[in-house]
Amino acid sequence: MLQDLAAVDTHPLAATAARYVGLLPLLPLAGFLVNGALSLIPAYKPGPSDPSAAGHGDEHAATSAHAAEHGEQDGAHGDDHHEVARHKYAGITSVVGPLVLALSFGLAVAIWLAMAGADEMKTPYVQTFFDWMVTGDLKISWAFQLDQLSMIMVLVITGVGTLIHIFSIGYMRDDPGYPRFFAYLNLFVAFMLVLVLGANYPVMFVGWEGVGLCSYLLIGFWFSEKANADAGKKAFIVNRIGDFGFLIAMFLLFANLGTLDFTSVAAAAPSLGYNSALVTTICLFFFLGCAGKSAQLPLYVWLPDAMAGPTPVSALIHAATMVTAGVYLIARSGFLFAMSPTACITVAVVGTLTALFAATIGLKQWDIKKVLAYSTISQLGYMFMGVGTGAYAAGMFHLVTHAFFKALLFLGSGSVIFAMHRAYHHTGSHEDAQDMRNMGGLRKYMPVTFVLMWIATLAIAGVPPFSGFFSKDGILGAVFARAQHGALAEATWLGMPGSTVLYVLYALGLLTAFLTAIYMTRMMLYTFHGPNRTGVAEQAHLREAPWSMTGPLVVLGVLSAFGGWLNLPTAIPIGPIAVLEKWLEPVVGAATASISGVGGEEVMSTEYVLIGVAVLIALLGIAFAVIRLKPAAVVPARDAVPSRGFEHVLEEKYYVDEIYDDAIVKPIVAGSRNILWTGIDRGIIDSLFVNGSAVLVRGFGWVGSQLQSGETGAYAWAIAIGALAVLGAFTFR
Amino acid sequence: MIAEALFFSAVLFTIGVVGVLTRRNAIIIFMCVELMLNAVNLSFIALSRLHGSANGQVFVLFVMTIAAAEAAVGLAIIISIFRHHKSVDLRNINLLKG
Repeated sequence: MLQDLAAVDTHPLAATAARYVGLLPLLPLAGFLVNGALSLIPAYKPGPSDPSAAGHGDEHAATSAHAAEHGEQDGAHGDDHHEVARHKYAGITSVVGPLVLALSFGLAVAIWLAMAGADEMKTPYVQTFFDWMVTGDLKISWAFQLDQLSMIMVLVITGVGTLIHIFSIGYMRDDPGYPRFFAYLNLFVAFMLVLVLGANYPVMFVGWEGVGLCSYLLIGFWFSEKANADAGKKAFIVNRIGDFGFLIAMFLLFANLGTLDFTSVAAAAPSLGYNSALVTTICLFFFLGCAGKSAQLPLYVWLPDAMAGPTPVSALIHAATMVTAGVYLIARSGFLFAMSPTACITVAVVGTLTALFAATIGLKQWDIKKVLAYSTISQLGYMFMGVGTGAYAAGMFHLVTHAFFKALLFLGSGSVIFAMHRAYHHTGSHEDAQDMRNMGGLRKYMPVTFVLMWIATLAIAGVPPFSGFFSKDGILGAVFARAQHGALAEATWLGMPGSTVLYVLYALGLLTAFLTAIYMTRMMLYTFHGPNRTGVAEQAHLREAPWSMTGPLVVLGVLSAFGGWLNLPTAIPIGPIAVLEKWLEPVVGAATASISGVGGEEVMSTEYVLIGVAVLIALLGIAFAVIRLKPAAVVPARDAVPSRGFEHVLEEKYYVDEIYDDAIVKPIVAGSRNILWTGIDRGIIDSLFVNGSAVLVRGFGWVGSQLQSGETGAYAWAIAIGALAVLGAFTFR
Repeated sequence: MIAEALFFSAVLFTIGVVGVLTRRNAIIIFMCVELMLNAVNLSFIALSRLHGSANGQVFVLFVMTIAAAEAAVGLAIIISIFRHHKSVDLRNINLLKG
């Protein structure tokens, strides 16, 4: 401990705000404790003075936002015409919940300023708090690591997190579980900060599991609805598969290197051998963990279902922060992935296929949140395409911009759903508030949301000068560059030359960008343009959400529009060039250089062509959607006719859930029922062991009872023979 | 001298055992048990004399005391059994069975 302190003292950050790095997760944790304590107090006490207590129990206290989320289940709005039951301490929660986040964000900014002020910070600032596990060779400390990479993540988590917390005040205030919601949300942020601040894999894993727990709790926030509880369980179970990969990778690292600290592993990594089977195995197991957490093929299935949670949760956890943990993990482990071109290409291939796959599904979804969910999966695929090809800065850049525009899209959709639901609530209609077929023409009623969501849509579609254009272009450009030269181009992947694979990935990436532009434009057209399909009576009640909700949207809108300036490409010098890339250089520079090879500078003309193609593709996609799709021809959900052919396959998400159900879930259930339950539990354990031992004891008892004949003579004989036997034994031994 | 005493004791004991094993009348079995006790008493006295120690004789006193008490209780039980069954044949008395 003393030596650690001594080593830390010489670090340029030692005397700055970075000393208080431990407070970053502690602040949200304190918020969790306060809100958690409040949530233990019932929403309201039914009493004689409470008019709503007469006929309504707690379970009838459905709130506007609550039932809004239940769009998928018909009749789920059954009891939303009752009195709204606001939690009696909602006021405290409204202050504490966002305040701890804001404080955390303020501290993060202070640390960031210190870090930016300290020139040339080459080594991470590691602060050790205490020894966590010390057994034999294993020594794991509870330590936090601040470097440029974790700093970016901390700023995004606390910054976007604060905005989403503020939005949640308006969105969730009338829910009886309001303090519980904020307790979970604060706990999530605390764990997410542990995840990105951990200085070794086990501490990171604590955060990794913690955010998984919070994700589960928040997806099933309205757990009285079975579908929501099931969605939570699904997310948790699918993530277990990924976590298994993370654990195996950690075990392999420890078995071969004897350490799990990031710095020590990075130093010892070359001993694993370049492109050895071992390092590839470790990387692929890590990637399995990422595929679970970040919803990549084949483990993406939990994310669309996760939309069962409240919309701010979708924005914070299932779009902006938690699902990007996999991208962070790979960037953090860049020194490992740089040693295995095979693993790198695998990551890029899986990312690209996921991006394309999810984008095609997104084309035919009607639920506004489902469109955004598949869009998130698709964009995560892009990030993996980036980090897979060693473009860690580009991948992280897309992570940041995606956090801005996807949070904006989700919060925007939240405010649309809020308005839709309020309208249906007023008229007592049971229509689906999330179905785009019931929307249309909302731009008249919600101009602010309309404009901001168009900004986010243009950003995600990759239209300059919005942020998504720069980040997506950075990734596609990196894939193209790696295909031309460098370690990945020279490697072979499943017998194919890496160069060919990467060119195919680049083409698929462009195709995905085209599809992205189409499905996002489709969503905007059906939601905000054309005639309104909500219903005549409802139109009177459609209006913009309160400013506590639109305020965060405006901030995110500005960030989505101008986030691109974080990392401008050399080809477009409209500001300082590649700020983020230079910022991340000390962390991931070596890994990137090892993958891209020397002399990796793009020819400027090629780069202009690439940018031109990307912009053209995006504009073509938007134009295609505008020309092809007729919002006026859409009929409300209740009158919709089922689609046919491939469209139906897309609408049914390629039947992947059904395939998983038939191929994995049902065999496991059948095996559990027929073999484990009927065969082993009931057959062997219950029959043989439990009942069998009872039968055995009863048998012995029966034999014993038969000896008690009641005949005194028989007893006398038994005693005499026994006495003789004892005597004989003593005499003749 | 000791040999004869022990032999006589063994014979008495055997007679007692055989009586207990073969007879059915409770009174007779009871007397055979007394016989066995007295056979043991005889060995105690003989061995006490052989070793020149009074311990054996003390034991005999105890055995006689216990035997007297036992005889009183036992006979009382037999009498009450007889009142109930109008017989002291042990073949009829087998209520205590598993």
